[in-house]
Amino acid sequence: MADIVAPAYRTIPIIPALKPGAMEGKGPFVANDKIQEALGFPGQLVDDWHDRAIAKMGELLTKYRSFRVFMDACVHCGACTDKCHYFIGTQDPKNMPVARQDLLRSVYRRYFTLPGKLFPKLVGARDLTREVLDEWHNYYHQCSECRRCSVFCPYGIDTAEITMAARDILDAVGYGQKYSNEIIGKVHKIGNNLGLPGPALQDTLEGLEEDVKEDTGFDVRFPLDVKGAEVLLITPSADFFAEPHIDSLIGYAKVFHATGTSWTMSSVASEAGNFGLFIGNYEQMRKVALRIREAALELGVKRIVVGECGHAWRVAYSFWNTLSGVGSGADEVDRYAQMLQKQLDHRYRQPTHICEFTWDLIQRNALTFDKSANDKHIITFHDSCNVARGSRMGDLPGGQFEIPRNVIKAVANNFVEMAPNTTREQTFCCGGGGGLLTDDLMDLRVKGALPRMEVLQQVVDEHGVNFMAVICAICKTQFSKVMPIYGFDRKMVGGVHQLVSNAIQLGQK
Amino acid sequence: MPNIEVAGKSYETDEEGYLVNLADWNTDVANYMAQTENITMTDSHWEVVNFLREYFEEYQIAPAVRVLTKAIGKKLGAEKGNSEYLYGLFPYGPGKQACKIAGLPKPTGCI
Repeated sequence: MADIVAPAYRTIPIIPALKPGAMEGKGPFVANDKIQEALGFPGQLVDDWHDRAIAKMGELLTKYRSFRVFMDACVHCGACTDKCHYFIGTQDPKNMPVARQDLLRSVYRRYFTLPGKLFPKLVGARDLTREVLDEWHNYYHQCSECRRCSVFCPYGIDTAEITMAARDILDAVGYGQKYSNEIIGKVHKIGNNLGLPGPALQDTLEGLEEDVKEDTGFDVRFPLDVKGAEVLLITPSADFFAEPHIDSLIGYAKVFHATGTSWTMSSVASEAGNFGLFIGNYEQMRKVALRIREAALELGVKRIVVGECGHAWRVAYSFWNTLSGVGSGADEVDRYAQMLQKQLDHRYRQPTHICEFTWDLIQRNALTFDKSANDKHIITFHDSCNVARGSRMGDLPGGQFEIPRNVIKAVANNFVEMAPNTTREQTFCCGGGGGLLTDDLMDLRVKGALPRMEVLQQVVDEHGVNFMAVICAICKTQFSKVMPIYGFDRKMVGGVHQLVSNAIQLGQK
Repeated sequence: MPNIEVAGKSYETDEEGYLVNLADWNTDVANYMAQTENITMTDSHWEVVNFLREYFEEYQIAPAVRVLTKAIGKKLGAEKGNSEYLYGLFPYGPGKQACKIAGLPKPTGCI
């Protein structure tokens, strides 16, 4: 850690000089046999990895039509090259999104297209060798699946899907990533990414009730496993454990308290995050999501609200309906999904993001704020990639951008935007998303944060910004870790509901 | 898996230097781990490490940062019950660094 330094800010933010091979290496830690087998993957690299990898690629090409289109459609126009935070920060040409994609595309051509089978050299096709496989493990863990490059792709190629496919293939041959796969195993076994067992969760929540009582004088509850509650809150487990995440959890609880909402959390589904998305594995993603269905059916709730977690909201908004029956569109033969779909109250959006929930209440004048409580902060908002580019909120297009900003402006007086080509759908990743928030990738994480740090520095210099609000657990952790390396205070980052918590007046309505 | 040698005995650790078998832990190992993290163990460090071990014994996980700061504050005085104090002792973050020295598994997830 001590030897990791932040790259210098660019004087003119253009394409950096190339440093070929800058990020060559072994990639993140490889999952051991225990971790792999717990997910049903081979324990270690199988002997026939070559054939199995090609077979898996063939399976994905058949299963996901989009994947085949993305493999075929790229014309190497170069529009994506300088859009990637990891390329900007590392200067490694293989981190240009087009080049990173081509690590897989070249193999696709060799085995799945006629010209590639006949004249591989002429069409940039190459054999799948052990070196290529190692390269996949390394470089497909230098993509956070943030999809910023896809915004600029004239063909709409979703780079994240290519990274996901590569990781799915790697898992299928026994070459998984330790960080993500260990976490998914903990969700299956214990119910959350942390491995936080029910009694520890209960103890933590009771401690929070004491703290809030001490701070505010009000008996704000943090209920767990309450049958018959109206709202089930599904939030990232970091909210129970880490700073500044826990301050947002307090914010949600205060909103529920102030409006007399009957709500609960669940010890079975104590995790919003779903790393099944990151590893591109549908079965894992579904298995993780089904815990939420189980909890919702068991507790008999009418609404499902999701806390501040970027990729969780993408999974919730885009996939929960067919994965689990939260929302509409569950498979007709999926009995439990149908049951849940009927149980939920469809006068509300299912699921609802906590920012939507709070914003609805603000609009109905159901909450009272003392905005001056946030006057010590000059606030900017970092859009998290999976919310910005993988979902929506509320009834209007762009709601995922407006609603969190509206909430901030309703609870605080000082709000400033960062440069427009780095916010909303063009937002830069924090540098730690997509299953890369691990210490063994710290060098990459620091470099990947560069473009965001550059524009943050601008608003710090020009407007005195001293607080960057986010709605993602990964962003919160990543920024608190890397910002000190760029010379910022780690406490400059926090949640939107941390600001809500500061300003909300309890006992007013 | 890599091993560490401490006082003539060998202990199994993971890639990041965390003990694999929790039962292997002893003060020699803790001091060795601290050294690899560039930390000189003082009474203040031990207070945190011992609390972590007690909490782990009961709950099978390290405490949340907030639980830790509160417990330290209650035990050692309010002026020590904050994350600045803990970061002062364990600059890489009390959660991960102190857990390593206490011989506990590394907390995982978005933290």
